[in-house]
Order: sequence, then structure tokens, then C-alpha cells
Amino acid sequence: METARGRTPFRPYQPGTQPPYDAPAYGSTQKRHPHESLLRLPHTITETAGPRLSAAQFPPIPDLSAVDGKSALGERIIVHGLITDEDGRPIPHTIVEIWQANASGRYQHPADQHDAPLDPNFRGEGRAFTDDNGWYRFTSIKPGAYPWRNHHNAWRPNHIHFSFFGSGFAARLITQMYFPGDPLLELDPVFLSIPDEAARNRLICKFDISVTEPEWALGYRFDVVLRGREATPTEG
Amino acid sequence: MPAATSSQTIGPFWHLLDHLEWADLTRFGAAGAQIMLAGSVIDGDGNPVTDAAVELWQSDPPADDRFPGFGRSRTDERGEFRFTTLKPGPVPGRGNAQQAPHLAITLHARGLLKGLVTRAYFAGEPLNETDPLLSSIEDPRRRATLIAEPEGKDRWRIDIRLQRGGQGETETVFLDI
Repeated sequence: METARGRTPFRPYQPGTQPPYDAPAYGSTQKRHPHESLLRLPHTITETAGPRLSAAQFPPIPDLSAVDGKSALGERIIVHGLITDEDGRPIPHTIVEIWQANASGRYQHPADQHDAPLDPNFRGEGRAFTDDNGWYRFTSIKPGAYPWRNHHNAWRPNHIHFSFFGSGFAARLITQMYFPGDPLLELDPVFLSIPDEAARNRLICKFDISVTEPEWALGYRFDVVLRGREATPTEG
Repeated sequence: MPAATSSQTIGPFWHLLDHLEWADLTRFGAAGAQIMLAGSVIDGDGNPVTDAAVELWQSDPPADDRFPGFGRSRTDERGEFRFTTLKPGPVPGRGNAQQAPHLAITLHARGLLKGLVTRAYFAGEPLNETDPLLSSIEDPRRRATLIAEPEGKDRWRIDIRLQRGGQGETETVFLDI
């Protein structure tokens, strides 16, 4: 995008809203976090521009709740939300990717050895694009909690993984959406790695009766904010 | 004003959206000089990182219907990733500066609560000498971690080390963007 706004640097993240690389309670960070300081890079076109992936080349997969017309097991849900930048501008036509465990807490993935059943009617991958006004929507199944080996009796809370691109490379975001009232959240070192409690809690979706469909599926809303750009310098 | 949403790890099971063809940025019929870029990702013990999503982005040549400018490659059991793309040219820097040809690389993996960003420049490019980012790194061993080396005609290699090793291996320069 060659407009002035498309070349404007992104603002720094607000303090406390992003997790650290080194998070001792999450064991896998131990051998994977940098020891050296990161080198601060003022944004150039490489950081301010970004991919514009299109539905023609990356076909949407908006319904995860069935395979070949056969329904997956579990509690059917609709997840929708609005994607804006930090200035409240909706981000239209941007790709949203999701992936998740099935209702039993098992991923359709060879490395997942959890002793819970696979579901032939659930693949667990979704892809959508926001509409003209920045809204996305998926139909899926509520994912189950599952154990992991981070510490004794460790269980991940129910979650759906999300991936966003936004308007430029420096706005790229991968995160996880959690569900309200989950008692595992206060024990989860991944969730708790975010220092700011309010920021953490924004990863918890809200039950939404307005998109709940009678006799069909419960609705949840998960709004996402991607980095905003610095104020554009005005001429004269 | 709302703050940007917090990052969380991609986790070990992101291969649910792993599509091998995404590693070939020329697959939609892009015209231009093709290159291959490969490398391995190594952790602080010197072990291969076998579950990483490596993402590539380049602002040159400009993305269009035949060239997405973006790709994704998984690391294999040896920690190796591999992309096919178009060779980038120089791009503008800040002010009057010019940047040497480079690719932006982001790593996502279990154990990374947010992506790690780095760059791959190309050995032998005259503009490397005056590139603002490369010039700002005083330690030549650290600077070298951002420079892909030729591995045959139109084939380049860059290894990514997440952490300084016990034998003094040099950690890749990661960028705070």
C-alpha cells in the first residue's frame, strides 16, 4: 500500500500488555528465549507494509463443525468478533486463521498423544476474512481442556488459537481465545505470562446471546485490537 | 484507547494450518529471479527446533496477484525450513537511506510467547556495507547472523540460533519492532 498511512510506523506496544520471551513458569521458554537484548529497529517499509492475502488464493473454511456434511461431536458454537486497530479503525478484508482441539481435548495432529478420542468429523482448522466493516465469524465446536507436561497435573484451559495479519508486518499477531468462567485460567502459565491483568482478561471471549442461534449453537464474541500507527504528520 | 491484544504462543499443534505449498511464494506464477532460502533453527542446547513455524515476508518485489510476498515453512525433524521466493532488490530506508536487499523472518513456536523477528540479507551485496541495520551492529559475528551465505546457484542458507550456546555460539540478532 503506497498511501502515506500505509508507510507510517506502528506505535510501540503498551507496557505490560505483551508476554516476555523468558517466562520461567512456562518450561518451554527456557531454551528458546534470547539471552541477548533485542535490537530496536525503527520501522521501514519492510515493517510498515504487509501481505494482503486474498480469499481467491486462500479459500475460507468458515465452518469447522462438520466434515463432508457429518457433524462433529461436542457443543456447537459460533465465534464472531470485530477487528480494529488501536485507534478504533475496523480492519476489513484481512485473513483470520484458527485451529483448536476437538470436544475431547485432542488435536488432529500426529504429535498429540493425549489419550482422548479423535473425531473423524472434526479437523480443527478454520480460515475467514473480515467483511467490509471488520467482522469475522466461524462456526465450530467448543474445544476440550487437555493435559500437558509443563508441571504436575497441568491442564490447558479451553482455548482456540487465532492468527491475524492486520495492515502491516509489525502488526502480526498470534494469540489464544479463552472461555468465560474457566477455573483452569488462574493456573495456566501461558495465560498468566501476560503481566497486565486487564490485558489478559481481554483474551477471554464473552457469551453473546445476539448471535446464539435457537436450536443450533451458542454464540461467543471475541474482539481483537491490532497495533495502531503513529499519528500521520500533517502538512503545513 | 484500547491497547493491542496480547500475544500467546502458537503452541506445538499449529501444523493444523500447515500447508506445505505456502513455502513456495512463486506458486501463483510470479515472474522474476527465483531463489531458495533454507536454514535450521537451533535452541540453547544446540538441539534442532523441530516444531517451529517460520514465516517470510518481503516488501520487494511488491506483492501482487501472482506474488503474495509472504510464506510459511515448518521446520522438519532436523530443524530445517526451506522457501522458494523471488530475489528482493534494495528498498528505501528511513530518510535518504537505502536498505540492502533482505527478507524479514518471523519464528513462532512452542516456548515462544510472541514471535521472534529477524532478517536475512545476502552475502556479497555491495549495499550491505551501508545498510542502516547491518551497520548498527558492531560485533562482526553477530552481524554475520543476519547474512545468508550462498549454497550453490540461487540457493542461500541462514541458520537461526535462538540462544547463545554453552560453547560460545553466537545468538542470532533478533529485532524489536
